[in-house]
Amino acid sequence: MGNTIFDIGEENRIGLRLPALDVPERNLTELIPAELIRKEDPKLPQVSQVEVVRHYTRLSRMNYGVDSGIYPLGSCTMKYNPRINEDLARLPGFAHAHPLQGDELSQGALKLMYELGEYLCVIGGMDAISLQPAAGAHGELTGMLLIKKHFERTKELHRRTKILLPDSAHGTNPASAAMCGFEVVPIPSDARGLVDLQALKAHLDESVAGIMLTNPNTLGLFETDILEITKLIHDVGGFVYYDGANLNAIVGRARPGDMGVDIVHYNLHKTFSTPHGGGGPGAGPVAVVKKLEPYLPVPRIVKNGNRYSLDYEYPHSIGKIHSFYGNFGVLVRAYAYIRMMGDEGLKAVSTNAVLNANYLRVRLSKVYKAPYDRLCMHEFVLTTKGMSEEIRTLDVAKRLIDYGVHPSSIYFPLIVPEVMMIEPTETVSKEELDYFADALIKVAQEMRENPQLLKEAPHAVPVYGASVRRLDEVRAAKEPILRGHFP
Amino acid sequence: MAYPKEYRYTKEHEWVKLENGKARIGITDHAQHQLGDIVYVELPKIGTKVKQMQEFATVESVKAISPIYAPLSGEVIDVNKELETKPELINQSPHEQGWIAIIAPSDLTELDSLLTAEQYERHIGA
Repeated sequence: MGNTIFDIGEENRIGLRLPALDVPERNLTELIPAELIRKEDPKLPQVSQVEVVRHYTRLSRMNYGVDSGIYPLGSCTMKYNPRINEDLARLPGFAHAHPLQGDELSQGALKLMYELGEYLCVIGGMDAISLQPAAGAHGELTGMLLIKKHFERTKELHRRTKILLPDSAHGTNPASAAMCGFEVVPIPSDARGLVDLQALKAHLDESVAGIMLTNPNTLGLFETDILEITKLIHDVGGFVYYDGANLNAIVGRARPGDMGVDIVHYNLHKTFSTPHGGGGPGAGPVAVVKKLEPYLPVPRIVKNGNRYSLDYEYPHSIGKIHSFYGNFGVLVRAYAYIRMMGDEGLKAVSTNAVLNANYLRVRLSKVYKAPYDRLCMHEFVLTTKGMSEEIRTLDVAKRLIDYGVHPSSIYFPLIVPEVMMIEPTETVSKEELDYFADALIKVAQEMRENPQLLKEAPHAVPVYGASVRRLDEVRAAKEPILRGHFP
Repeated sequence: MAYPKEYRYTKEHEWVKLENGKARIGITDHAQHQLGDIVYVELPKIGTKVKQMQEFATVESVKAISPIYAPLSGEVIDVNKELETKPELINQSPHEQGWIAIIAPSDLTELDSLLTAEQYERHIGA
């Protein structure tokens, strides 16, 4: 493993010269118990300032991010992150706040969180919220814990054992339900690509604790039977969980609460433009209807007159699910985004997200196969199935890298073979959409005329495309190198 | 690859081969092709009792993790330990060396609910 920060530099090289000591020098052993003093020096990088800058600049150039160009990962909403979000998150009052400084010194931060919660409740059509969950899957886990807590309290948990899940669901959904001890029951999609109502009805009885739905679903299709689905679930006493991963398609236009949903998570790092990818931090606030409010995590942020405070007095709460109050810096960015966009701006988000996806769908479905070729929401799926004997979707995605664009999601959702799942978001221009579509169309032509080009892609063209050649994914999965070694 | 006539198949792409009343189980060539390179197989524990079409093992490929369903009810009496180090056997020889487990079936009439090779080929559109 070469080229880490430890591989460069030289013994005793430093980036900063400290000034001469202006206090009396004391021996370390006078200050720290001997057993706590390390025997050997820590292995720190020994590099000059310019080496540090060049090292990380080089790494950043090997990367592709939302600041590089279109990043059309389906259900990921890789939209532009406005710079004003960063400005506000760096305001000293926010950036330097300490989580234990107390309510009196935190009024601004608490007000921001309180108002963000209010906005999200309005956007989702919900009654109460917790900003603690750190991501979508964490929100799902929180939601499942709320359902579990409710049925514990009503003494029904022994028979409310099932969570229903459409087969187009994100993989985290069944994992979250299973972690709470629920049995996961898959519900097939029908020929329309929507929840199969007959199959759903066949599973409805008092063993159902709830259903987890993504709307629009991962095929980019709006569940037009949503009102009937939520009613059916409520009729047997279950709850409806809304996975907000695809909220960008409907934000400002339709509200999960109006669809009969009981629990919603919002991905602030998707819909609300906070930085995303590379492992976090994110935020996945969870909002609920009145009936589930008593179980929300503590502390809750409450407002009395003009004062805000943290309230722990909710005896039925599931407790804390994040240290302190959630990923505060992310909350500031999402708040800034909502305030900057306003009502009309948020409506324009979903309008343009849907328009962009449909523009790409119509252009690309002339060349690739669109298994559900009708008006889509913010994303859509294509397949390469039947186009070539030897070329698979993986090869198409790798070849796209040679054109300097990030490939879409591939091989998800699982119900479509050789699938590409494409979500352009509202923050790409028509020129970028056309560049991406032209590239994919060109790749389809290459698939017929020179398939080898695809099989060997990416070709590691410096500056323009990939920084590496095709990675050996099998070896990476079977023999992962999980730690580095000092040179 | 041909689908052996003496095997039975599920719509979920498992195969069953009866050997002296014991059922050897694996996944089909079609399934391994769809999954792509298999990198890990989670084998069931010997002694596990399974019901027909219950999930009892998983295979992980570079694309996804997929459940394997028991084509017949019964007890797991053997597993293919070789897959622990060589999961690629499923790709290389799905119907022979890439077998996953052997079940002692508790109800052989369940075989009637499975597909013949011909029906399975129709099912996958081969």
